[in-house]
Amino acid sequence: MPTQEFAVSVRGLTKSYSGTPVLSGVDFEVEKGSVFALLGSNGAGKTTTVRILSTLLRPDGGTALVGGYDAVSNAGEARASISLTGQFAAVDEILTGRENLILIAKLRHLPQPRRIADELLERFGLTEAADRRVSTYSGGMRRRLDIAMSLVGSPQVVFLDEPTTGLDPKGRLEVWKTVRQLAGGGTTVFLTTQYLEEAEQLADRIAILHGGTIIANGTLAQLREMFPPAKVEYIEKQPTLEEIFLAITGHKEEK
Amino acid sequence: MDTAKPRFLSDTTVMLGRSMRHIFRSLDTIITVTIMPIAFMLLFVYVFGGAIRTGTGGSYVNYLLPGILLIAIGTGISYTAVRLFTDKQGGLFDRFRSMPIAPSSLLWGHVLTSLVSNFISLIVIVLTALLIGFRSPAGPLAWLAVIGILALFTLTLTWVAVIAGLSAGSVDGASAFSYPVIFLPFISSAFVPTDSMPGPVRVFAEHQPVTSIVETLRALLSGEPAGGDIRIALAWCAGILVVAYVLAMRVYKRRIG
Repeated sequence: MPTQEFAVSVRGLTKSYSGTPVLSGVDFEVEKGSVFALLGSNGAGKTTTVRILSTLLRPDGGTALVGGYDAVSNAGEARASISLTGQFAAVDEILTGRENLILIAKLRHLPQPRRIADELLERFGLTEAADRRVSTYSGGMRRRLDIAMSLVGSPQVVFLDEPTTGLDPKGRLEVWKTVRQLAGGGTTVFLTTQYLEEAEQLADRIAILHGGTIIANGTLAQLREMFPPAKVEYIEKQPTLEEIFLAITGHKEEK
Repeated sequence: MDTAKPRFLSDTTVMLGRSMRHIFRSLDTIITVTIMPIAFMLLFVYVFGGAIRTGTGGSYVNYLLPGILLIAIGTGISYTAVRLFTDKQGGLFDRFRSMPIAPSSLLWGHVLTSLVSNFISLIVIVLTALLIGFRSPAGPLAWLAVIGILALFTLTLTWVAVIAGLSAGSVDGASAFSYPVIFLPFISSAFVPTDSMPGPVRVFAEHQPVTSIVETLRALLSGEPAGGDIRIALAWCAGILVVAYVLAMRVYKRRIG
């Protein structure tokens, strides 16, 4: 019996594109119900990792278990326990928000797709916009719908590939709030990001992908311990531009 | 996988419903695939038609209709390529592929949509043709044969469109492949008999697939035996269909790898 305490378990994962290695032996585990952030700069291989874990890409070597199933040899079962929110909001622009959710519910063969759609619309604050075409949505709304679509059928693991890239500060806060709600509800969240602050804000555990391998992996506190102790300095704290922006536009981050 | 079959059917139906909604919500699609061929038909019947001698005795709209139908299909399938391209580009394809659905339902949803939507636009065009004087003595069997050939032609071109949609780098690229398909009827017997064409053009016109299909449809619609043309037409369609299907699946698998 394989231990089922990990929602994702990756061993020795390798992948190269036409001779150029992108992943050269990636290992990590993601505990069930936790928020795991894969941190790395552009081109570090974050998306490649997510694509392998979500059964879209075959690795050259190594194993990737998702929800206890091998992402290559058991792709069908693995797919049943995950959902993917890719780098670009994967929503149907021509359909309405409600229709998008119903579509996914039907494809997941769930009973009462309409009721599921209503619940998610409510939960993501999209009820008012439910019957408008998605092409009229703002970036933040689109992302929220995108994530809502990933939650149809309550998959065990939700992959969010750079969920806030391209969003304005308000949209980003909306997504952060959503991720926190998800984690509160027991879903395992695997997110990739290039923003350090995002990982710091959201993740229980952070792994840094660099040069094709995981060079650091731990909780924020553990990562802090690995590096020289903080120096205490007294400085006058100036508001950041972001804080000014949010204060003027009237949106406060909810913690 | 023993659950593959029912899943395939229900998943494909859901996909079909989705892209049919796309069609009914895009005015430009409806205009291009239905109104444009009708405009062509009116143009040829009322503007050029008077000067065209087909030597068949019947009215020009009777002569013209098969070619118009093929042009409509050529236009229709370019939208299939565009829809596939949009799915691939926008990330919806990845979302669907990472879900526990029958993988082939992704492509078949688009292919069926192409068949259904082309069928609808062809009906509208034929009804319009009836209004402007098209008449056919063909019996039910001949009509069935006409529908069968049009469906086969649509299916064939749809799989060509799948290749274009999956491998294109831009929306323009995805639809550009259909231009030759739309253009081919003009260098065939669709609008004028090939006799009047100069040597090499005539040789091309008489041996390209559209002519045999047009001749078959025209014969069936005028209640005559289709003769050898039907065999040539079917061979062209079946041949291109098999090659296009194999290539499309190969492109699709490569996208997955």
